[in-house]
Amino acid sequence: MAHKKVIRNGRVIDPSQGIDRLADVLIEDGKIVEVTNAPLESIAEDHEVIDASGLVVSPGFVDLHTHLRDPGFEWKETIESGTKAAARGGFTTVCAMPNTDPCQDSAAVIEDVTRRSLTGAAVRVLPIGAITKGRHGKVLSPMGELAEVGAIGFSDDGDPVSDANIMRQALTYATGLGLPIINHAEVHSLVHGGVMNEGPVATRLGLPPVPASAEAVMIARDIELAALTGGRLHVPHVSTAAGVELVRAAKSRGLDVTAEVTPHHLTLDDTWVYGLHGEVPDAVPAVAYDTNTKVNPPLRSVADVAAVRAALADGTIDIIATDHAPHAATDKVCTYDEAAHGINVLETAFGQVMQLVHQDLISLSDLIDPLTAAPARILGRNFGTLAAGSNADIALLDIDSEWTVSADDFASLSRNTPLEGVQLKGRVVETLFAGESVWRSDRLEQPAS
Amino acid sequence: MTTRDEVRTTKPDNGVADAGGGRVIEPDAQPQASAQIRHLLDVDSLTPEQITTLLDSSEGMLEVLSRDVKKTPALRGKTIVTVFYENSTRTRISFEEAGKILGADVINVSVSASSVSKGESLYNTALTLQAMQVDALVIRHPHSGAPHFVARYVNAPVVNAGDGLHAHPTQALLDLFTLRQKLGSMDGKKIAIVGDVLYSRVARSDILGLVKMGADVVLCGPPTLMPAGWRPGVSPTETGMESVRIAGDVGEALDGADAVMTLRIQRERQDAGHLPDLREYSNMYGINRRRLALAKKDAPLLHPGPMNEGVEISSDVAHGAQSVVEEQVRNGVAVRMAVLYAICSKGRDRAAGTDE
Repeated sequence: MAHKKVIRNGRVIDPSQGIDRLADVLIEDGKIVEVTNAPLESIAEDHEVIDASGLVVSPGFVDLHTHLRDPGFEWKETIESGTKAAARGGFTTVCAMPNTDPCQDSAAVIEDVTRRSLTGAAVRVLPIGAITKGRHGKVLSPMGELAEVGAIGFSDDGDPVSDANIMRQALTYATGLGLPIINHAEVHSLVHGGVMNEGPVATRLGLPPVPASAEAVMIARDIELAALTGGRLHVPHVSTAAGVELVRAAKSRGLDVTAEVTPHHLTLDDTWVYGLHGEVPDAVPAVAYDTNTKVNPPLRSVADVAAVRAALADGTIDIIATDHAPHAATDKVCTYDEAAHGINVLETAFGQVMQLVHQDLISLSDLIDPLTAAPARILGRNFGTLAAGSNADIALLDIDSEWTVSADDFASLSRNTPLEGVQLKGRVVETLFAGESVWRSDRLEQPAS
Repeated sequence: MTTRDEVRTTKPDNGVADAGGGRVIEPDAQPQASAQIRHLLDVDSLTPEQITTLLDSSEGMLEVLSRDVKKTPALRGKTIVTVFYENSTRTRISFEEAGKILGADVINVSVSASSVSKGESLYNTALTLQAMQVDALVIRHPHSGAPHFVARYVNAPVVNAGDGLHAHPTQALLDLFTLRQKLGSMDGKKIAIVGDVLYSRVARSDILGLVKMGADVVLCGPPTLMPAGWRPGVSPTETGMESVRIAGDVGEALDGADAVMTLRIQRERQDAGHLPDLREYSNMYGINRRRLALAKKDAPLLHPGPMNEGVEISSDVAHGAQSVVEEQVRNGVAVRMAVLYAICSKGRDRAAGTDE
């Protein structure tokens, strides 16, 4: 017998169909049947009912930038733990970055990740292939073969393709596959050992600085190469005002350029390195040099945060991607210089980005689009939608629920968040993947007040 | 960052915030004996009154230092460990002598930078020292914030003996002490600092200390060796530093200065692309007799050492009448005695249960 569900009385927001209204969502055998306002009596009694009164019903989120650390770094995260974390964060599709060990530069590794995800993952895992063999930036990976076994794009992750000719060849080669090249936008020689954003905070803390232009110079180069080749360029984690302007100009030229921004670059600035949740102290306290704020690209200035927020609101930045980068305690319990780059994001992402809605910088629907329909468009897949016939990947959201971040509650194997103890407003109360509940918070049983 | 205005409105009160995390500790019953500080991570955590108390205490320590028998029982039974992750002769010896004169047992640990990566983590070192119940920890580390990190894991007071590019608070205190001996009050005095400000923890701490004590600071150095945005004419709101100016050239910086501080130039800066060569640096920024004459007559000339004579400072002025380099070294011992005494006697209070 068909397995039928109905999500009742929620505020259904599906940017892919322009829906934002109170409605019911009918599910059968893991697929969406319809979003309907039909009276309840017409719904047969064989439906399992999920009461979504007071909640927002959104397509499950799609993350184009996730580090699952599997294979190779399973003490930091695994396919299982990372996708559980994704489910808690409302994500039903995550794209796994290739900086694994061995890295995802061969069909064998991509197939291994895909195969193990089919049985061991809580949500959908789509692998990203490496641009170059070993992510060394020298020789192209077998992109055609990687695409054939499911790679949805190519990236050397934290290692930018520094050689402009290799980048040109990669963009050109990938045109035959129709897939994007995702190049970490950073000029290594400008980073020059830097560990945080260049500016007054770095000067005050005596931390080696990374100038904003380390990002902008690379984005400018890559955009010109996209123009030259007609290739698809996706710019990951744009963090600077200058980077935003370059992407804006590229779009107005009609180039095939898309861009993402992370929850942390939207909500945290470089004063967080002081370790006081954004407060600027008179004297640098012992809690300063918070290694959980160390990330690449670094947390930027207040002006940069304002610029990426505005760019998300006006559509210059297409999507929100987490750059979820779990790290073990030993990678973070050390000096700032020694610490690994990366923030554990999946489980806090929605609460973080809801700040933009609560501050009236963006409408709820315009926030959900870059989490759902927009990344699905970049993937060219039928995810991130509640359209009839699509997978019943759904996030139920309580947008006004306040909660305090406690990394000990993470499903992720790692705890590296700078938000420990911070109160967020907005949480994911249930996540359905192919119609099945993969995460349900206690809150659902206790109606929101 | 603390601005001069804020500092000037700060009044001595019955409790002072400690350097560690804003907890308030009890008022100082014996101002001469102790400035009541927990850790000394940088001078930014000290009030002008605490700095004055430490400098006053240093006067007494200087007197002890000049005795025939240089030994007091003040810190007898206390164990001070110095852990240096960077090569240093003068600073380590200075702390060691300071501790020993006060009667403490001083244990020196040198960790070469190369062995750090394969050896014990700083975290485990901190836990080990904590387990050994040391009374004070003096740490130098090539990474900014390493003393702050250690201070989070040990109960013992931590003295920063230089961390990365960040801070060198005892150098700032000994410079302030030396300047006070020569100039009296710092109020409104023009202090020129010349050299590699970008990579200098001495400059950072000196600037904070000088501004705190009311001086006007003028900086000068190659534009490549100044922090981002610190250029001539920059407004104090951009640098976050009230009463700090950036001079366009070394003549402007030294003109009428009450004191001149030179910074050590590292040969590595040349390789990193900051400088064409040391000859050009010396030509444009080196302190020599001709340039020093632009400052006030008898203006003291300071250098944190070790000096590259003929590069940032010419030999004749380095050893000339205005040079106070050797006094800085001697004062360094006295100031470190005052610091160790202040934090270790604080430790005694804590052991007796009168704190926290």
